[in-house]
Amino acid sequence: MLEVRDLACVRGERHLFAGVGFCLRAGELLHVQGENGAGKTSLLRMLIGLLPPEAGSIRWNGQPPTSEAFRTELCYLGHANAIKEELTPLENLLASARMADERLSEGEAIEALEQVGLAGREDLACKYLSQGQKRRVALARLVGERRPLWVLDEPFVALDTGAVAWLAGLIGGHLQRGGCAVFTTHQAVDIPAGQVCELRLGT
Amino acid sequence: MLTIVLAVIARDLKLALRRRADIAAVLFFFVIVASLFPLGIGPEPNLLRKLAPGVLWVGALLASMLSLPRLFADDHKDGTLEQLALTPHPFGLVVLGKVIAHWLASGLPLALLAPVLGLQYDLSTEALAMLTATLLLGTPALSGIGAIGAALTLGVRGGGVLLSLLVLPLYIPVLIFGAGAVDATLSGLGADGHLSLLAALTCAALGFAPWAAAAALKIALE
Repeated sequence: MLEVRDLACVRGERHLFAGVGFCLRAGELLHVQGENGAGKTSLLRMLIGLLPPEAGSIRWNGQPPTSEAFRTELCYLGHANAIKEELTPLENLLASARMADERLSEGEAIEALEQVGLAGREDLACKYLSQGQKRRVALARLVGERRPLWVLDEPFVALDTGAVAWLAGLIGGHLQRGGCAVFTTHQAVDIPAGQVCELRLGT
Repeated sequence: MLTIVLAVIARDLKLALRRRADIAAVLFFFVIVASLFPLGIGPEPNLLRKLAPGVLWVGALLASMLSLPRLFADDHKDGTLEQLALTPHPFGLVVLGKVIAHWLASGLPLALLAPVLGLQYDLSTEALAMLTATLLLGTPALSGIGAIGAALTLGVRGGGVLLSLLVLPLYIPVLIFGAGAVDATLSGLGADGHLSLLAALTCAALGFAPWAAAAALKIALE
Protein backbone atom coordinates (compact mmCIF):
# COMPACT_ATOMS: atom_id res chain seq x y z
CA MET A 1 0.00 0.00 0.00
CA LEU A 2 1.36 3.37 -1.02
CA GLU A 3 0.38 6.20 1.29
CA VAL A 4 1.16 9.80 0.44
CA ARG A 5 0.26 12.72 2.70
CA ASP A 6 0.45 16.48 2.23
CA LEU A 7 3.21 16.35 -0.32
CA ALA A 8 4.69 19.66 -1.47
CA CYS A 9 7.21 20.34 -4.19
CA VAL A 10 9.43 23.35 -4.81
CA ARG A 11 11.72 23.46 -7.84
CA GLY A 12 14.04 26.42 -7.93
CA GLU A 13 11.90 29.26 -6.57
CA ARG A 14 8.63 27.91 -7.94
CA HIS A 15 6.03 26.11 -5.87
CA LEU A 16 4.80 23.32 -8.14
CA PHE A 17 2.20 21.72 -5.88
CA ALA A 18 1.28 21.39 -2.23
CA GLY A 19 -1.07 19.25 -0.18
CA VAL A 20 -1.03 16.27 -2.54
CA GLY A 21 -2.19 13.09 -0.86
CA PHE A 22 -3.51 9.71 -1.91
CA CYS A 23 -3.60 6.09 -0.88
CA LEU A 24 -3.01 3.33 -3.40
CA ARG A 25 -3.99 -0.24 -2.54
CA ALA A 26 -3.15 -3.53 -4.24
CA GLY A 27 -4.60 -3.74 -7.74
CA GLU A 28 -4.98 0.02 -8.09
CA LEU A 29 -3.43 2.28 -10.68
CA LEU A 30 -2.78 6.00 -10.31
CA HIS A 31 -2.81 8.02 -13.48
CA VAL A 32 -1.05 11.33 -12.81
CA GLN A 33 -2.19 14.08 -15.16
CA GLY A 34 -1.25 17.70 -15.63
CA GLU A 35 0.14 20.20 -18.10
CA ASN A 36 3.80 20.35 -19.01
CA GLY A 37 5.68 21.66 -16.00
CA ALA A 38 2.91 20.81 -13.53
CA GLY A 39 5.33 18.62 -11.60
CA LYS A 40 4.39 15.11 -12.73
CA THR A 41 7.96 13.89 -13.08
CA SER A 42 8.93 15.61 -9.82
CA LEU A 43 6.08 13.80 -8.06
CA LEU A 44 7.25 10.44 -9.42
CA ARG A 45 10.85 11.17 -8.44
CA MET A 46 9.64 11.95 -4.91
CA LEU A 47 7.72 8.69 -4.79
CA ILE A 48 10.84 6.68 -5.60
CA GLY A 49 13.05 8.63 -3.21
CA LEU A 50 15.33 10.40 -5.67
CA LEU A 51 13.95 13.82 -4.76
CA PRO A 52 13.37 14.67 -1.10
CA PRO A 53 9.90 16.23 -0.64
CA GLU A 54 9.64 19.82 0.57
CA ALA A 55 6.93 18.74 3.01
CA GLY A 56 4.76 15.70 3.63
CA SER A 57 5.41 12.01 3.88
CA ILE A 58 5.52 8.97 1.61
CA ARG A 59 5.16 5.45 2.98
CA TRP A 60 5.13 2.11 1.19
CA ASN A 61 3.82 -0.51 3.64
CA GLY A 62 5.07 1.77 6.40
CA GLN A 63 8.56 2.13 4.93
CA PRO A 64 10.06 5.38 3.58
CA PRO A 65 11.15 5.36 -0.09
CA THR A 66 14.84 5.50 0.79
CA SER A 67 14.69 2.19 2.66
CA GLU A 68 16.13 -1.04 1.30
CA ALA A 69 12.78 -2.82 1.72
CA PHE A 70 11.15 -0.26 -0.58
CA ARG A 71 13.82 -0.51 -3.24
CA THR A 72 13.56 -4.29 -3.53
CA GLU A 73 9.86 -3.85 -4.34
CA LEU A 74 10.11 -0.95 -6.76
CA CYS A 75 10.41 -1.01 -10.52
CA TYR A 76 11.00 2.44 -12.02
CA LEU A 77 11.02 3.39 -15.66
CA GLY A 78 12.11 6.97 -16.21
CA HIS A 79 11.93 9.47 -19.04
CA ALA A 80 15.32 8.26 -20.24
CA ASN A 81 15.46 4.68 -21.41
CA ALA A 82 18.41 3.67 -19.21
CA ILE A 83 19.87 1.56 -21.97
CA LYS A 84 23.42 1.65 -23.26
CA GLU A 85 23.77 2.51 -26.95
CA GLU A 86 26.88 0.37 -27.38
CA LEU A 87 25.32 -2.78 -25.95
CA THR A 88 22.80 -5.01 -27.70
CA PRO A 89 19.21 -5.24 -26.39
CA LEU A 90 19.99 -8.65 -24.93
CA GLU A 91 23.10 -7.43 -23.12
CA ASN A 92 21.23 -4.39 -21.86
CA LEU A 93 18.45 -6.50 -20.43
CA LEU A 94 20.80 -8.99 -18.78
CA ALA A 95 23.04 -6.24 -17.36
CA SER A 96 20.15 -4.28 -15.85
CA ALA A 97 18.65 -7.45 -14.34
CA ARG A 98 22.01 -8.36 -12.86
CA MET A 99 22.49 -4.94 -11.35
CA ALA A 100 18.96 -4.95 -9.94
CA ASP A 101 19.73 -8.33 -8.33
CA GLU A 102 17.19 -10.25 -10.37
CA ARG A 103 17.66 -13.69 -11.82
CA LEU A 104 17.07 -13.54 -15.54
CA SER A 105 18.27 -16.31 -17.82
CA GLU A 106 19.26 -15.63 -21.41
CA GLY A 107 16.25 -17.60 -22.63
CA GLU A 108 13.86 -15.49 -20.56
CA ALA A 109 15.50 -12.30 -21.81
CA ILE A 110 15.17 -13.38 -25.46
CA GLU A 111 11.54 -14.26 -24.84
CA ALA A 112 10.91 -10.84 -23.31
CA LEU A 113 12.50 -9.16 -26.34
CA GLU A 114 10.34 -11.25 -28.66
CA GLN A 115 7.27 -10.10 -26.75
CA VAL A 116 8.12 -6.45 -27.27
CA GLY A 117 8.57 -7.10 -30.98
CA LEU A 118 12.35 -7.11 -31.17
CA ALA A 119 12.76 -10.70 -32.36
CA GLY A 120 15.85 -10.99 -34.54
CA ARG A 121 17.32 -7.74 -33.24
CA GLU A 122 18.72 -9.11 -29.98
CA ASP A 123 22.28 -8.88 -31.27
CA LEU A 124 22.17 -5.46 -32.89
CA ALA A 125 23.78 -2.61 -30.93
CA CYS A 126 21.07 -0.29 -29.58
CA LYS A 127 22.49 2.74 -31.38
CA TYR A 128 21.15 1.28 -34.65
CA LEU A 129 17.60 1.02 -33.29
CA SER A 130 14.86 3.62 -33.76
CA GLN A 131 13.50 5.71 -30.90
CA GLY A 132 10.45 3.49 -30.51
CA GLN A 133 12.54 0.33 -30.59
CA LYS A 134 14.81 1.72 -27.86
CA ARG A 135 11.72 2.41 -25.77
CA ARG A 136 10.69 -1.20 -26.35
CA VAL A 137 14.07 -2.42 -25.08
CA ALA A 138 13.49 -0.41 -21.91
CA LEU A 139 9.94 -1.80 -21.61
CA ALA A 140 11.15 -5.38 -22.03
CA ARG A 141 12.32 -5.09 -18.40
CA LEU A 142 8.66 -5.06 -17.34
CA VAL A 143 7.76 -8.36 -19.02
CA GLY A 144 8.83 -10.73 -16.27
CA GLU A 145 8.75 -8.09 -13.56
CA ARG A 146 7.09 -9.31 -10.35
CA ARG A 147 7.93 -6.40 -8.05
CA PRO A 148 4.70 -5.03 -6.60
CA LEU A 149 5.16 -1.30 -7.27
CA TRP A 150 5.67 0.04 -10.78
CA VAL A 151 6.42 3.73 -11.29
CA LEU A 152 6.40 4.61 -14.98
CA ASP A 153 7.18 8.06 -16.36
CA GLU A 154 5.55 8.53 -19.77
CA PRO A 155 5.80 4.85 -20.71
CA PHE A 156 3.78 5.27 -23.92
CA VAL A 157 6.00 7.89 -25.55
CA ALA A 158 7.34 6.93 -29.01
CA LEU A 159 5.30 3.69 -29.15
CA ASP A 160 3.01 2.74 -32.03
CA THR A 161 -0.66 1.85 -31.39
CA GLY A 162 -0.01 -1.91 -31.27
CA ALA A 163 2.68 -1.47 -28.64
CA VAL A 164 0.50 0.91 -26.62
CA ALA A 165 -2.22 -1.73 -26.42
CA TRP A 166 0.34 -4.41 -25.51
CA LEU A 167 1.78 -2.26 -22.70
CA ALA A 168 -1.71 -1.41 -21.39
CA GLY A 169 -2.37 -5.17 -21.25
CA LEU A 170 0.91 -5.74 -19.41
CA ILE A 171 0.05 -3.10 -16.80
CA GLY A 172 -3.44 -4.61 -16.50
CA GLY A 173 -1.92 -8.03 -15.83
CA HIS A 174 0.30 -6.54 -13.17
CA LEU A 175 -2.71 -4.97 -11.43
CA GLN A 176 -4.61 -8.23 -11.63
CA ARG A 177 -1.79 -10.01 -9.81
CA GLY A 178 -2.27 -7.51 -6.98
CA GLY A 179 0.41 -5.01 -7.94
CA CYS A 180 0.30 -1.23 -7.73
CA ALA A 181 1.27 1.18 -10.48
CA VAL A 182 1.71 4.91 -10.88
CA PHE A 183 2.18 6.43 -14.30
CA THR A 184 2.02 9.67 -16.20
CA THR A 185 0.85 10.02 -19.77
CA HIS A 186 -0.81 12.57 -22.03
CA GLN A 187 -2.38 9.86 -24.18
CA ALA A 188 -5.81 8.39 -23.59
CA VAL A 189 -5.05 4.79 -22.69
CA ASP A 190 -7.45 2.03 -21.71
CA ILE A 191 -6.06 -0.21 -19.01
CA PRO A 192 -8.04 -3.44 -19.33
CA ALA A 193 -8.05 -4.46 -15.66
CA GLY A 194 -7.72 -3.01 -12.20
CA GLN A 195 -9.03 0.13 -10.56
CA VAL A 196 -7.85 3.35 -12.21
CA CYS A 197 -7.60 6.49 -10.07
CA GLU A 198 -6.72 9.89 -11.45
CA LEU A 199 -4.70 12.70 -9.96
CA ARG A 200 -4.63 16.05 -11.70
CA LEU A 201 -1.79 18.42 -10.84
CA GLY A 202 -1.79 22.13 -11.38
CA THR A 203 -5.51 22.93 -11.13
CA MET B 1 27.14 -7.02 -1.56
CA LEU B 2 29.90 -8.18 -3.87
CA THR B 3 27.51 -9.08 -6.67
CA ILE B 4 26.60 -5.44 -7.38
CA VAL B 5 30.28 -4.42 -7.51
CA LEU B 6 31.05 -7.27 -9.92
CA ALA B 7 27.97 -6.55 -12.04
CA VAL B 8 28.95 -2.89 -12.43
CA ILE B 9 32.57 -3.78 -13.25
CA ALA B 10 31.46 -6.34 -15.84
CA ARG B 11 29.13 -3.90 -17.56
CA ASP B 12 31.60 -1.00 -17.55
CA LEU B 13 34.42 -3.15 -18.91
CA LYS B 14 32.18 -4.42 -21.68
CA LEU B 15 31.34 -0.81 -22.55
CA ALA B 16 35.02 0.14 -22.44
CA LEU B 17 35.83 -2.67 -24.87
CA ARG B 18 33.11 -1.43 -27.24
CA ARG B 19 34.67 2.05 -27.09
CA ARG B 20 38.28 1.07 -27.58
CA ALA B 21 39.09 4.47 -29.07
CA ASP B 22 38.74 6.00 -25.59
CA ILE B 23 41.35 3.67 -24.08
CA ALA B 24 43.61 4.19 -27.10
CA ALA B 25 43.36 7.99 -26.70
CA VAL B 26 44.45 7.76 -23.06
CA LEU B 27 47.42 5.53 -23.87
CA PHE B 28 48.42 7.58 -26.90
CA PHE B 29 48.35 10.76 -24.82
CA PHE B 30 50.74 9.13 -22.34
CA VAL B 31 53.06 7.96 -25.14
CA ILE B 32 53.19 11.42 -26.72
CA VAL B 33 53.76 13.33 -23.48
CA ALA B 34 56.45 10.91 -22.31
CA SER B 35 58.19 11.06 -25.70
CA LEU B 36 58.13 14.85 -26.07
CA PHE B 37 60.42 15.42 -23.10
CA PRO B 38 63.44 13.42 -24.35
CA LEU B 39 63.00 15.09 -27.75
CA GLY B 40 62.86 18.56 -26.22
CA ILE B 41 65.65 18.13 -23.69
CA GLY B 42 68.10 16.32 -25.94
CA PRO B 43 70.17 13.16 -25.53
CA GLU B 44 71.73 13.73 -22.14
CA PRO B 45 71.37 10.44 -20.20
CA ASN B 46 72.09 11.83 -16.74
CA LEU B 47 69.59 14.65 -17.01
CA LEU B 48 66.95 12.34 -18.52
CA ARG B 49 67.41 9.77 -15.74
CA LYS B 50 66.95 12.54 -13.20
CA LEU B 51 63.76 13.77 -14.86
CA ALA B 52 62.26 10.38 -15.66
CA PRO B 53 60.27 9.55 -12.49
CA GLY B 54 58.55 12.93 -12.29
CA VAL B 55 57.84 13.26 -15.99
CA LEU B 56 56.50 9.72 -16.38
CA TRP B 57 54.33 10.02 -13.27
CA VAL B 58 52.89 13.38 -14.29
CA GLY B 59 52.21 12.00 -17.78
CA ALA B 60 50.39 8.95 -16.40
CA LEU B 61 48.46 11.12 -13.94
CA LEU B 62 47.24 13.50 -16.62
CA ALA B 63 46.40 10.62 -18.95
CA SER B 64 44.30 8.84 -16.32
CA MET B 65 42.42 12.10 -15.78
CA LEU B 66 41.41 12.33 -19.45
CA SER B 67 38.62 9.77 -19.15
CA LEU B 68 37.31 11.07 -15.80
CA PRO B 69 34.68 13.53 -17.10
CA ARG B 70 32.82 10.65 -18.75
CA LEU B 71 32.95 8.42 -15.68
CA PHE B 72 29.40 9.33 -14.61
CA ALA B 73 28.31 11.69 -17.40
CA ASP B 74 27.26 8.95 -19.85
CA ASP B 75 25.29 7.06 -17.22
CA HIS B 76 23.67 10.30 -16.11
CA LYS B 77 22.62 11.22 -19.63
CA ASP B 78 20.98 7.92 -20.56
CA GLY B 79 19.25 7.43 -17.21
CA THR B 80 21.31 4.43 -16.10
CA LEU B 81 22.64 6.33 -13.10
CA GLU B 82 19.09 6.73 -11.75
CA GLN B 83 18.54 3.00 -12.04
CA LEU B 84 21.85 2.32 -10.29
CA ALA B 85 20.87 4.69 -7.49
CA LEU B 86 17.62 2.75 -7.04
CA THR B 87 19.17 -0.69 -6.50
CA PRO B 88 18.65 -2.00 -2.96
CA HIS B 89 22.43 -1.94 -2.41
CA PRO B 90 24.39 0.92 -0.89
CA PHE B 91 25.15 3.41 -3.67
CA GLY B 92 28.79 3.59 -2.56
CA LEU B 93 29.33 0.01 -3.73
CA VAL B 94 28.05 0.92 -7.19
CA VAL B 95 30.54 3.80 -7.31
CA LEU B 96 33.31 1.48 -6.08
CA GLY B 97 32.54 -0.82 -9.01
CA LYS B 98 32.77 2.09 -11.42
CA VAL B 99 36.07 3.23 -9.87
CA ILE B 100 37.57 -0.26 -10.22
CA ALA B 101 36.37 -0.49 -13.82
CA HIS B 102 37.90 2.94 -14.53
CA TRP B 103 41.20 1.75 -13.12
CA LEU B 104 41.14 -1.47 -15.15
CA ALA B 105 40.53 0.53 -18.32
CA SER B 106 43.01 3.36 -17.66
CA GLY B 107 45.39 2.92 -14.71
CA LEU B 108 46.31 -0.68 -15.42
CA PRO B 109 47.20 -0.27 -19.12
CA LEU B 110 49.11 2.94 -18.28
CA ALA B 111 51.19 1.12 -15.67
CA LEU B 112 51.93 -1.70 -18.10
CA LEU B 113 52.96 0.77 -20.81
CA ALA B 114 55.21 2.84 -18.52
CA PRO B 115 58.33 0.58 -18.58
CA VAL B 116 58.42 0.74 -22.38
CA LEU B 117 58.33 4.53 -22.28
CA GLY B 118 60.89 4.53 -19.46
CA LEU B 119 63.46 3.05 -21.85
CA GLN B 120 63.67 6.45 -23.56
CA TYR B 121 65.02 7.86 -20.31
CA ASP B 122 67.80 5.27 -19.96
CA LEU B 123 66.36 3.88 -16.73
CA SER B 124 67.84 0.71 -15.21
CA THR B 125 65.78 -2.48 -15.03
CA GLU B 126 65.36 -1.98 -11.31
CA ALA B 127 64.03 1.53 -11.75
CA LEU B 128 61.68 0.40 -14.53
CA ALA B 129 60.27 -2.33 -12.30
CA MET B 130 59.81 0.19 -9.49
CA LEU B 131 58.10 2.63 -11.85
CA THR B 132 55.61 -0.06 -12.89
CA ALA B 133 55.05 -1.11 -9.28
CA THR B 134 54.39 2.45 -8.08
CA LEU B 135 51.97 3.08 -10.93
CA LEU B 136 50.15 -0.17 -10.22
CA LEU B 137 49.92 0.79 -6.58
CA GLY B 138 49.15 4.50 -7.02
CA THR B 139 46.75 4.73 -9.97
CA PRO B 140 43.79 3.19 -8.07
CA ALA B 141 44.04 6.16 -5.71
CA LEU B 142 43.90 8.48 -8.74
CA SER B 143 40.72 6.78 -9.98
CA GLY B 144 39.17 6.98 -6.51
CA ILE B 145 39.97 10.65 -5.90
CA GLY B 146 39.00 11.44 -9.48
CA ALA B 147 35.57 9.90 -8.94
CA ILE B 148 34.82 12.51 -6.27
CA GLY B 149 35.71 15.29 -8.69
CA ALA B 150 33.70 13.68 -11.49
CA ALA B 151 30.67 13.35 -9.21
CA LEU B 152 30.91 16.94 -7.98
CA THR B 153 31.17 18.38 -11.50
CA LEU B 154 28.42 16.17 -12.96
CA GLY B 155 26.08 18.23 -15.10
CA VAL B 156 28.14 21.41 -14.71
CA ARG B 157 28.84 23.29 -17.93
CA GLY B 158 32.57 23.22 -18.69
CA GLY B 159 32.91 20.62 -15.96
CA GLY B 160 36.10 19.21 -17.48
CA VAL B 161 38.23 22.23 -16.54
CA LEU B 162 36.66 22.49 -13.11
CA LEU B 163 37.31 18.79 -12.62
CA SER B 164 41.05 19.22 -13.19
CA LEU B 165 41.16 22.20 -10.84
CA LEU B 166 39.45 20.14 -8.14
CA VAL B 167 41.29 16.91 -8.60
CA LEU B 168 44.89 17.85 -9.48
CA PRO B 169 45.74 19.36 -6.05
CA LEU B 170 44.45 16.18 -4.42
CA TYR B 171 46.71 14.10 -6.65
CA ILE B 172 49.84 15.77 -5.23
CA PRO B 173 50.55 13.30 -2.37
CA VAL B 174 50.19 10.33 -4.72
CA LEU B 175 52.57 11.98 -7.19
CA ILE B 176 55.15 12.82 -4.50
CA PHE B 177 55.34 9.31 -3.10
CA GLY B 178 55.04 7.58 -6.47
CA ALA B 179 57.80 9.54 -8.15
CA GLY B 180 59.76 9.58 -4.88
CA ALA B 181 59.89 5.79 -4.77
CA VAL B 182 61.42 5.63 -8.25
CA ASP B 183 63.85 8.41 -7.34
CA ALA B 184 64.90 6.56 -4.21
CA THR B 185 65.56 3.40 -6.24
CA LEU B 186 67.64 5.38 -8.76
CA SER B 187 69.82 6.85 -6.03
CA GLY B 188 70.24 3.48 -4.34
CA LEU B 189 68.10 4.18 -1.27
CA GLY B 190 65.29 1.82 -0.34
CA ALA B 191 61.81 2.69 -1.55
CA ASP B 192 59.95 0.82 1.19
CA GLY B 193 58.76 3.91 3.03
CA HIS B 194 57.41 5.51 -0.13
CA LEU B 195 55.66 2.30 -1.15
CA SER B 196 53.98 1.91 2.23
CA LEU B 197 52.67 5.45 2.12
CA LEU B 198 51.48 4.98 -1.46
CA ALA B 199 49.63 1.81 -0.46
CA ALA B 200 48.08 3.66 2.48
CA LEU B 201 46.90 6.46 0.15
CA THR B 202 45.33 3.93 -2.19
CA CYS B 203 43.56 2.09 0.65
CA ALA B 204 42.24 5.37 2.04
CA ALA B 205 41.11 6.58 -1.38
CA LEU B 206 39.30 3.34 -2.24
CA GLY B 207 37.73 3.19 1.20
CA PHE B 208 36.43 6.75 1.44
CA ALA B 209 36.18 8.15 -2.07
CA PRO B 210 33.27 5.97 -3.30
CA TRP B 211 31.07 7.10 -0.41
CA ALA B 212 31.94 10.76 -0.88
CA ALA B 213 31.30 10.45 -4.62
CA ALA B 214 28.01 8.63 -3.95
CA ALA B 215 26.84 11.48 -1.71
CA ALA B 216 27.70 14.02 -4.42
CA LEU B 217 25.91 11.95 -7.07
CA LYS B 218 22.75 11.78 -5.00
CA ILE B 219 22.67 15.58 -4.91
CA ALA B 220 23.30 15.72 -8.67
CA LEU B 221 20.36 13.36 -9.26
CA GLU B 222 17.81 15.50 -7.40
